[in-house]
Amino acid sequence: MNKKDIIICRCEDITLADLEHLLALGYTNIEEIKRLLRVGMGPCQGNTCGQIIQRELSKYLKKPLEEIPTTKVRPLSIGVKIKDIFEGQEHES
Amino acid sequence: MRANYVIIGAGISGTSIAYHLAKAGETNIVVVDKAYLSNGATGRCGAGVRQQWATKMNCLLAKASVEFFENAQNILNYPDDLEFQQEGYLIVAVNDEEDQHFSKSVDLQNALGIPSRKITKAEAKQIVPHLNTDAIVSATFCPSDGHLNPFKMNDAFYRAAKALGVQFYFFEEVKEIVVINQRIEKVITNKQTIETHNVINAAGGFAHEVGQLAGLDIPVYAEKHEILATEPIEKIQGPMVMSFGKNLYCQQVPHGNFIMGRSTPGIKPSHSIASSWSFLEEMSKTIMEILPLVGNLRVVRQWAGSYNMSPDRQPIIDEAKELPGFYMACGFSGHGFMFSPMTGQLLTEIILKKPLSIDISELSLERFKNATVVAYEKLVV
Repeated sequence: MNKKDIIICRCEDITLADLEHLLALGYTNIEEIKRLLRVGMGPCQGNTCGQIIQRELSKYLKKPLEEIPTTKVRPLSIGVKIKDIFEGQEHES
Repeated sequence: MRANYVIIGAGISGTSIAYHLAKAGETNIVVVDKAYLSNGATGRCGAGVRQQWATKMNCLLAKASVEFFENAQNILNYPDDLEFQQEGYLIVAVNDEEDQHFSKSVDLQNALGIPSRKITKAEAKQIVPHLNTDAIVSATFCPSDGHLNPFKMNDAFYRAAKALGVQFYFFEEVKEIVVINQRIEKVITNKQTIETHNVINAAGGFAHEVGQLAGLDIPVYAEKHEILATEPIEKIQGPMVMSFGKNLYCQQVPHGNFIMGRSTPGIKPSHSIASSWSFLEEMSKTIMEILPLVGNLRVVRQWAGSYNMSPDRQPIIDEAKELPGFYMACGFSGHGFMFSPMTGQLLTEIILKKPLSIDISELSLERFKNATVVAYEKLVV
C-alpha cells in the first residue's frame, strides 16, 4: 500500500509518508515531530497516533519500544467546553 | 572542541542569532540546548506578532520584525508554509483609563509608521462580530499585526542556520562557563568542553542562571504563563483579540483552533510550567464575558511556559560591560518570538561592531544600574 495512503493520525490527516519524510530529515524526537506535523495535537490528543508513531520510531531507530518516549501528556484528558467549565464553577466550590 | 561562538538556547532568539551571524559570514558557530528544538518558551508561546506597544523601542523592534516575517519564507528558503497571517490585533479598552492610554499609544505608533488606529465599539463589532461590545469602551486595531506558526518559524531559522554551517547540540546542558581574567575561555556542558571566547545568552527562562554561570547578575527572572488550545472549527475570527484590563489574548489560528492565554496576577518567579485548574476557571470567565460564542468550543489541551521578565518589560540586547564576549538576548517579557528577527540582526551588529540598524542603547544591561528607567512597557499580558 502506498505510504501516502496510510493514515497514522486521523485527527490531523497525517500519513506514514509525512512521518518518514521528517525522519529522513533527522527529526527523530517525538516532541519535535509533534510540533511539526501536529500529531497528538488534535481532539484525541495522541491516543490513536501515539502508539503507531512509537512503533515507527522504534523500527527506524532500531531501539526497543520501551526506549521510545511518548509525548508529554497534557490536560485535559477529554475535551470540555469552555462554557461548561464556567458554569461548573457555580455548582462546585 | 573549539568554537568562535557558543549560543546557549535553540529557541527563536538563539536560532535567529545563529542564522544572522552565519549569514554575516561568521564561522564555527555552535548552538547548545538542554532539550529538543522549541522545547522552551518558543514552542509554548501564543505566536502573536503585534506592533501596538506603549514604548518606542518595542514599537520599532516589532515593526522591523513584521517586515522580516512578511518575507521570511523566501529569505530563509523554507520548504513549508510559515502560516504568517496578518489579520490584525484588536486591543479592547475596558475602562476610560485604558481608552485614554490607548489614544496616546496609537499616536506614538502612528508617529513611528505603524498603521494602528483607534476605533469605536461598533467598528470593533464589524471586525469581530462575536465580540461582546457591552464589556468594552473602545478599541485599537492594527491590520498588519498577526501571528505565525512558532514551531515552523523556529525550524526555518534552525534549518537556514544549519545550511550555513552552524552546529546544533540538543539534549546538552551548559554546566559551567570558565572565565579567566575577565575573559571567557570555555563552556563546559554535561557532554563536552568547548573552548571559546564568545558566549551568547539566549536561554529564555534560564537567562538569569546562565548569567550567573559567567558571574553576572542579570536582573531577569522566569514567570509562568498559561495557555490553552480548543478543538478546530471553521474560520470565525481573523484578528487576535486582546485585553490588558481583562487579562486576555485569544486568536483563531489558520488550522482552526483557538489559542488563548492570560497571566496569573501575583504569581511568584519560578521555573514551574505546570498547568493549573484555576487557569481554566479564570479563562472561562473572561471568555464568557468578552467572546461568549467561543465558550461553545471544547478545550483539548492546556500547557504553560516561562516568560523571561525584565524590570521594565523590555528586552536586554547587549554585550556585558564587565565581561566582553558575553552577549545577552533575554528579558523579552513574553515577546521574544515576535521580536526575534531583529534580535538576531541587532545582536549580530553588536557582535561584529557594525552600525546598528536601530539605536538600542535603551536596551542595554546598564540601564538597570541607573536610578531612572526611561520607559516602562505597560501593554503586557
